[in-house]
Amino acid sequence: MGVGEVKETESYRERIARRAAMEVEDGMIINLGIGIPTLVADFIPADKRVMFHAENGILGTGPSPAKGEENAMLCNAGGFPVTLVPGASFFDSATAFAIIRRGLLDMTILGVLEVSQNGDIANWIVPGKRVPGMGGAMELAQKAKKVMVVTTHLDKNGRSKIVRECSLPLTASKAANWIITDMAVMEVKPDGLYLREVMYPYSVADVIGATEAELKVEGEVGVFR
Amino acid sequence: MTNRFDKVVTLQEALSHFRDGMTLLAGGFGGVGNPPTLIQGILDLGVRDLILISNDTAFPHIGIGKLVTERRVKKVIASHIGSNPNAGAQMTAGELEVEFCPQGILAERVRAGGVGLGGILSDVGIGTIAEKGKQKVVLDGKEYLLETPLTAEVAIVHAKKADRFGNLVYDTSARNFNPLVAMAGDITIVEADEIVEVGELDPEEIVTPGVFVNYIVQSEGVNWRWAWEK
Repeated sequence: MGVGEVKETESYRERIARRAAMEVEDGMIINLGIGIPTLVADFIPADKRVMFHAENGILGTGPSPAKGEENAMLCNAGGFPVTLVPGASFFDSATAFAIIRRGLLDMTILGVLEVSQNGDIANWIVPGKRVPGMGGAMELAQKAKKVMVVTTHLDKNGRSKIVRECSLPLTASKAANWIITDMAVMEVKPDGLYLREVMYPYSVADVIGATEAELKVEGEVGVFR
Repeated sequence: MTNRFDKVVTLQEALSHFRDGMTLLAGGFGGVGNPPTLIQGILDLGVRDLILISNDTAFPHIGIGKLVTERRVKKVIASHIGSNPNAGAQMTAGELEVEFCPQGILAERVRAGGVGLGGILSDVGIGTIAEKGKQKVVLDGKEYLLETPLTAEVAIVHAKKADRFGNLVYDTSARNFNPLVAMAGDITIVEADEIVEVGELDPEEIVTPGVFVNYIVQSEGVNWRWAWEK
């Protein structure tokens, strides 16, 4: 399935991933987080050639292998078996993070617990409740050239995950460039958070009403279907 | 001196280097590249109160995660424990001390320990709670955190192939932390899927030179089911 084709049964997760994939440019080196970010790979059109980076030491991961053809030693950072594309390479985890810190990652796509209107990201700890650890998220959020957040707009309790200021400990400050949710596409600029598109069938008023952060609107807001 | 050109020992000989309360460095990432036979040996040996340095705590019944599940670890230095709920539960109950370190910084700290450096400077985590307790260094007007090196009394490593000198070749993404860990043990013990004679490995393909390795044991292979296997 390519960009622009809408499945009747498309889930909100797939729609977010399909929209995020439109920001991917030919030739990019990209790291995908676990969850919705992983789905983005399925929506990148064939005419855009990219290389996916994995923190455990692969540049050039390909699609999931067919059942029964998995190599248990060849996995992505989430622990799931992957394949390789031509030109792929293996290296140790220090080199995997050299690529990130050196600024050679064009884009990272990751999920969040909270993201603020100035781009602060919180995604690794809910003190006293859930403490999985930061993994590679600090390096990714701090060092990737473009940081794309993909998330549900609201948390399980119906609260906006797009906030004025993060209440949870930060992963990185002023890191996010784009935020794509099931309700909206937003861009973080130095002077604030801009609403660029709404996800059909939500209206601009719906999105502003559901968002705790201050959302700026300039010009025409697109509708993504 | 042990024979430097034949470091292959029995599992029992290798296990003579483990004791209660020791620091243990383990290669692997999400269980991939954890050495299964050595880990089973450590479990069977019954050592406890380990200080484990590893990227993560794997899964409850996979790899290094089993040491946590069986309550053999009193402290872990890792970047992530989320895939092993036992680690989180023990931490919440105050039974397991966890020191979190950003993944790439953990890799560099292990590398620093392994390559004889006194510390490294990085700006990763500045402005977050990851900077807590770390010395700040200003260099050319830019602020860095001083990250300290990590070594351990014993480092355990998985390799696809080892020759008897300890030259190592890894297995695809099971390489991950293993080459770093291999350099950072006071004693480095390698578990290899295949052990070959000195001279059989192409020098161009060797990732870890054997000089870093003290002992080699033959792997008996993975003895767990992977999380993705249904």
